Amino acid sequence: MFENLTEKLDGVFKKITGRGKLSEANIRDALKEVRLALLEADVNYKVVKKLIEDIRLRAVGREVLQSLTPGQQLIKIVNEEMAGLMGDTGQGLDLAGKTPYSLMLVGLQGSGKTTTAAKLAVLLRKQGKRPYLVPADIYRPAAIDQLQKLGKQINIPVYPSNVDQKPEEICLEALANAGKESADVLIIDTAGRLHIDEDLMAELGRIKEKIDPAEILLVADAMTGQDAVNVSKYFDETLDISGVILSKMEGDARGGAALSIKAVTGKPIKFIGVGETVDALEPFYPERMASQILGMGDVLTLIEKAQSEFDQKDALALQKKLKKNEFNLDDFQKQLKQMKKLGPLEHILGLLPGMGQLKKLKKIKPDEKELVKIEAIINSMTKDEKRQYKIINGSRRRRIARGSGSSVQDVNRLIKNFTQTKKMMERFMKKGQLDLPSLFR
Amino acid sequence: MVKIFSKDNNDKKLKPDKDDKGFIKKLWHGLSKTRSGFTGRLDRLFLGKKKINQELLEELEEILFTSDIGVAACRELLESIMEKIARKELNNPEQLKNLLKEQILLFLKTPPVEHYYPKKGEPLVIMVIGVNGVGKTTTIGKAARLFKEGGKKVMLVAADTFRAAAVEQLVIWGQRVGADVVKQGTGADSSAVVFDAISAALSRKNDVVLIDTAGRLHTKTNLMEELAKIKRVAGSKLQGAPHEVWLVLDATTGQNAISQAELFNKVIGVTDIILTKLDGTAKGGIVIGISQQLGIPVKFIGIGEKIEDLHPFDAEEFVEAIFY
Repeated sequence: MFENLTEKLDGVFKKITGRGKLSEANIRDALKEVRLALLEADVNYKVVKKLIEDIRLRAVGREVLQSLTPGQQLIKIVNEEMAGLMGDTGQGLDLAGKTPYSLMLVGLQGSGKTTTAAKLAVLLRKQGKRPYLVPADIYRPAAIDQLQKLGKQINIPVYPSNVDQKPEEICLEALANAGKESADVLIIDTAGRLHIDEDLMAELGRIKEKIDPAEILLVADAMTGQDAVNVSKYFDETLDISGVILSKMEGDARGGAALSIKAVTGKPIKFIGVGETVDALEPFYPERMASQILGMGDVLTLIEKAQSEFDQKDALALQKKLKKNEFNLDDFQKQLKQMKKLGPLEHILGLLPGMGQLKKLKKIKPDEKELVKIEAIINSMTKDEKRQYKIINGSRRRRIARGSGSSVQDVNRLIKNFTQTKKMMERFMKKGQLDLPSLFR
Repeated sequence: MVKIFSKDNNDKKLKPDKDDKGFIKKLWHGLSKTRSGFTGRLDRLFLGKKKINQELLEELEEILFTSDIGVAACRELLESIMEKIARKELNNPEQLKNLLKEQILLFLKTPPVEHYYPKKGEPLVIMVIGVNGVGKTTTIGKAARLFKEGGKKVMLVAADTFRAAAVEQLVIWGQRVGADVVKQGTGADSSAVVFDAISAALSRKNDVVLIDTAGRLHTKTNLMEELAKIKRVAGSKLQGAPHEVWLVLDATTGQNAISQAELFNKVIGVTDIILTKLDGTAKGGIVIGISQQLGIPVKFIGIGEKIEDLHPFDAEEFVEAIFY
C-alpha cells in the first residue's frame, strides 16, 4: 500500500522508456502518476497542481518528443522542476552582523527544536565558533532540563534559565552573559507553539525585536502533511524567517513538505536532520533531494562522505590487496570500521540508487547490532588468524566464540560469510568495480 | 513563490472566552479549526450549486486531499461517488454531501480491537508508543487526569530512558495530576523499569498503569524490537499486560502516519489511536484512512496543551464537525 515516491516514479518512467517515443497522451498519463506520487509524498495539493502544470508545459512538445530517450528526458524535466522549486544550492548559516550572533529556532511542538539546537551547536563548534545554548522554553515541563542535559553531554555551555523568567528576559540576559562564557553564537531554543496561537507568536516577535537574531530558523518535521504550508506561512509572516531545517529525515517520510514549504515561503531549506545523535545534521541540497525523490539515488552525498571519511592510504592499500586476492579478516575489520564512520548503515543504503526496490525485494534490514557482533568476533582473533582464516580450526573457533561472547555458530557463519564475500570481491574486481554494500548482504 | 493561503478569520468568532474551560466549549474550540477550515470550504463549495460537474468534483478532491485524508481513502471516496454518478443514483450536490458524510463515518466507525482485560484486582496496563515529538508524555499526563477523575489510582512509568529529561517531564506531570511515578535514571533498561513498575503497581494496588516509552521512528528495527521486548516483559510480569497499546499520532503528520501505524501495529500491535495537536490548522484527516485500512479506532483527541485538553473521540461528532 505504501510505496516510495521513488519506486512509484521508477514504475511510471519504466512504462515510458519501454514505449520508445512519447505521445502527448503518454505524458498526460505519466504526469497523472507523478501527481499522485507527489500527493502521496505529502507535497501540498496546490503546489503539486502548479508543479505538474509547469512540467507539462515544458514536457509536451519538442523537448520530450524529439529526445532520443524520452523517459530520461521526462525524468530530467521533473527533476529540474522539483529542484528548481526547492531552491538553489544548500546555504550554510549566515552569520553576518555584530557578535555575538543569535540563532533563533522556532516551530511547532515536537518538531525537534531542542535536538536541533544541540546539533547546530556541535556543527558550529566544528567550524571554530563558540556556541552558547539558550533554553527559552518555559512552558513544556523539563524542557530547560533537556537542553541543559544535552549541553552537558556535548560539553557546550547552557544559559541557566528558569521557568519563572520571561522568554525575552532569558534571551537578553543570555546575550549579556555570552561574553562571560566567551561565546560568539547564541542558539535560542524557543518553546514549541501553534502558528495560530497569537499570544505565543507575539512572544517570538518580542524576542526577535530584542535580540535581533542573525538567523530565525523554522524547524519542521519532514513527516508534516498538507498543513506544512499553513505552518510555514504563518511563521514566516510573523517572523520573516531566514531559513528552514527539516528534521526527522531518516525515517521513511517522503519529505514532500520540503517542496511545499519552499514554495510557500521562498525561504531556503538549510539543513536536514538525519538521526538522534548530535552529529546527525546535514546540509540540504535541492538537486540531491530531488534526485533522491526521483530514484536516482543520492550518489553525490555518498561519494562526498566516503571521500572525507575513508582514509585514502588505507583505501589504496586495500585495492592492491584486492587485486592480489590477499584480502583477509584484518582488512575486513578495517572495512567495517570505515563503514561505521559513514553513519548508520540503513542511511547509507538509502543513498544508493535502486536500493529502494532492493530493500523491498529482499527485505534487507541492516542490523547495526549484527555489525557490532561481527566486530567483536574479529577482535577476538589473533593476528595470525585474521591474516589466514584457514588456520581457524574447531578449538580456535570455540576460543573466539568465548572471547567475543558469541556462539561457535556465529563464528562459523562469519567465516562462511567472509569466504563468500572474498569470492564476491574477486568477481567484482574482475569486473573492475567494487560494490561496497554487497559486502554485507 | 506561490501565494495561495490566506488566514482564516472564522477562527476568531469561534474562540471561546479564555477563562472559560467548560468541556463543551473547549471541545468546540479545539475542533473549530477542523470545523471552519474543512466546512467553511465545503459549504462554500456546495453553496448555490445545483449540479454536480467536473469543477465541483475537482474542488471536492482538493478539500479532501488538503485535509490529509490520504490518497487511498480519497480515491475510494471519489470512486464511489463517480460510480454513483455514473449509475445516476447521485444527481445533486446535497446528496453528494450526505454520501460523503456517511462514507467517512463508515471509515471511522471501526469496532474495537480485541485485547485482554485486567482481572479483578489487577491494574489496567497501557503502553503509549509513537514516533518522536507526537506528544506521548503530554497525552499520558492528560489521560492520567481523566483516570484520576474517574476515581482510579494511577501510576506513570518513565520507560523513556533515552531522551534527555524525559523522566523529569513525566515526574512533573505526575505531580500535577497526583499520580505515582516509577522511574530509574536516564539510560536505564526500559524493560526493567516496566517490570519493576508492574510489580509495584500490583503491590500498591494501582488501577491504571500508563507506560511512557521513548519516541522512535518506526523504521528503526532495533528500537522497534526494544518496544516489543517491553511488551513481552510486561506480559511476563502480568498476564495480558499491556492490555492496551495506544499509538499517538500527530494531526500535522501527513501520509507517513499510515506507515507509522502499519509498522507499529505489525511489531507491537496497536489497540487504539490517539490523535494529538488537533488545535492547529491541521485537519487530522489521516485517521480516516488509518481507521479504515488497519481497523484501529481512534480513542482520544488532543486539542491543546492544557491538562484538560484530551477528549474521547466521537466519530459522529468528528464528521459532524467536518460537515457542519
